Amino acid sequence: MTAVTAPAAPRGASRPRPTVPVPLGRLAGVELRKIFDTRSGLWLAVSVAVVAVGSAALLVALESPESFSYQFFVHSIDYPVHLLMPMLGVLAVTSEWSQRGALTTFALVPRRGRVLAAKALPLAGVAVATMLLTFACGVVATLVGAATGGVDAVWDMSLDEHLRMLAFSLLSMAVGFVVGVVLRSSPAALVAYLLFVLVVPSLSSALAASLDWYRDAGPWVELTSAQYELYGDVMTAEQWAQLGTASLLWLVLPFVLGVRRLLRVEIR
Amino acid sequence: MITITSLTKRYGPFTAVDEVSFTAAAGRVTGFLGPNGAGKSTTLRVLAGLAAPTSGSATVLGARYADLPNPGLEVGVLLDASAQHGGRTGRETLVLAQRTMGLPAARVDESLELVGLTPAEARRRVRDYSLGMRQRLGIATALLGDPRVLVLDEPANGLDPAGIRWMRDLLRTFADDGGTVLLSSHLLAEIEMIADDIVMIGSGRVVAQGTKDELLRGAGTLVRADDVVAAGAALAAAGHQVTPSGDAVLTDADPATAGRVMFAAGLPVTELRASDGAGLEDMFLELTAATARDASSPATPAMTGAAA
Ligand SMILES: Nc1ncnc2c1ncn2[C@@H]1O[C@H](COP(=O)(O)OP(=O)(O)O)[C@@H](O)[C@H]1O
Ligand SMILES: [Mg+2]
Repeated sequence: MTAVTAPAAPRGASRPRPTVPVPLGRLAGVELRKIFDTRSGLWLAVSVAVVAVGSAALLVALESPESFSYQFFVHSIDYPVHLLMPMLGVLAVTSEWSQRGALTTFALVPRRGRVLAAKALPLAGVAVATMLLTFACGVVATLVGAATGGVDAVWDMSLDEHLRMLAFSLLSMAVGFVVGVVLRSSPAALVAYLLFVLVVPSLSSALAASLDWYRDAGPWVELTSAQYELYGDVMTAEQWAQLGTASLLWLVLPFVLGVRRLLRVEIR
Repeated sequence: MITITSLTKRYGPFTAVDEVSFTAAAGRVTGFLGPNGAGKSTTLRVLAGLAAPTSGSATVLGARYADLPNPGLEVGVLLDASAQHGGRTGRETLVLAQRTMGLPAARVDESLELVGLTPAEARRRVRDYSLGMRQRLGIATALLGDPRVLVLDEPANGLDPAGIRWMRDLLRTFADDGGTVLLSSHLLAEIEMIADDIVMIGSGRVVAQGTKDELLRGAGTLVRADDVVAAGAALAAAGHQVTPSGDAVLTDADPATAGRVMFAAGLPVTELRASDGAGLEDMFLELTAATARDASSPATPAMTGAAA
């Protein structure tokens, strides 16, 4: 029957074996591509841009010109934009599991921590780009609003405020990313994300209204409200500290636990 | 070259893979055969570093898979053809793998051509692919890095007969070129058609392994006689294993021995020959059914041919 023939040389034996691990930069490029190369990712990214431009146009058309200022536009545009944008961070992680691409991703790069870092880098880039888009929409809205409303263009944001808005954007993205790392399922993580940014803050203020001790403690533990302090004209040392403790509780701690789990979990 | 050594994987109290050891040699197609739930996929997941073993080890080309710096260039892995993002096109799926491995962009079209996916098909979203197309795409991904080893879990699922023949030829060429192929299947016919060596697993344990020829020969002798019951009794009395098979019996005695037993018993024989693949099938069903019925029995009949 089948003759047992030993081949002269094993396949590929003449080639040197690879010694260089997949570089992080190259992997980050692949992960950047993965954010936008699916229908859901592309639509989400397009919606972020449409919401930014659309809300700028609506504000100019509908609001009274007396309230127009650069800061007014940036803050108003930013809210819906930064509600949507972190979903890109959620899906960047969860789609690996919900769509089961993790099986290929981690077979090609078994160093899971490296894959996670490669996902975080382009998401940070997306957060910065989203903020820059919001600033740009703010500039255009201020100029157009001044022209059509017959008012002076008011430029009322310092460099410091711009930088804090950037930090705000990065933190928002981090929330989405961490929720994704912890839950690893698209529907569950999207629901949890929306609960966290929409329901938890109002729950927190309701609690603060009824419980004295929570009125003092709340700002130290509730992340979304602490994050919105970054919007203010100035930020006190205490507010920075509150942002720090809330981030520790809601970002750093779950991230550490989530990553530990993710590094070990069986990929199926 | 793949080496699995005393590999055990438990999920809580349940042992999915139990002390499995075998090797898949370069230049050979090794078929990993077992019924559903036997532990094939679990073994291959551990091999590819996607699950941690409870004990034992698995190495590819002498290293743990997770320690390979750029595994796609050395080992092509296809563990589940449906585990691909449905929202990406087939081509995009390959582009991601090509970029991850750091290969020239031209490899994508070469691989597509190799597995017979047309440019129009490659532009469609994987969600709209048939299982057979997904298998081809998965094999294209596995072959992309021109690896020396292929690990494929149930790659023939969803392929039509022409597709299975295509895959057999592809794997044959790969192995003849000195490559190592380990593929799993729950269908004996597939493994018989494609593999040189067979590792049979049931309820997490290896129940038979050897070259296909050895296992076929090991299936024994078919004896057809006017009085098949007496024939079976005579063989059993002579200390041979006997399995009724319709109006004949199968025995583990070789044809010469079985003939002498029949002659000594004075029984007219109407047919006497080395049993064909159907015998291997009986053994497959019997062994796997036995282990499935009684997973804890240590008395599982085991057949081991010379290590390949
Ligand atoms: N994550 C898991 N948790 C619990 N049991 C599992 C898990 N993965 C597999 N199993 C069980 O292990 C056994 C072997 O499964 P599997 O390796 O998929 O078999 P095969 O691929 O041979 O069909 C099955 O009984 C299955 O139910
Ligand atoms: Mg399986």
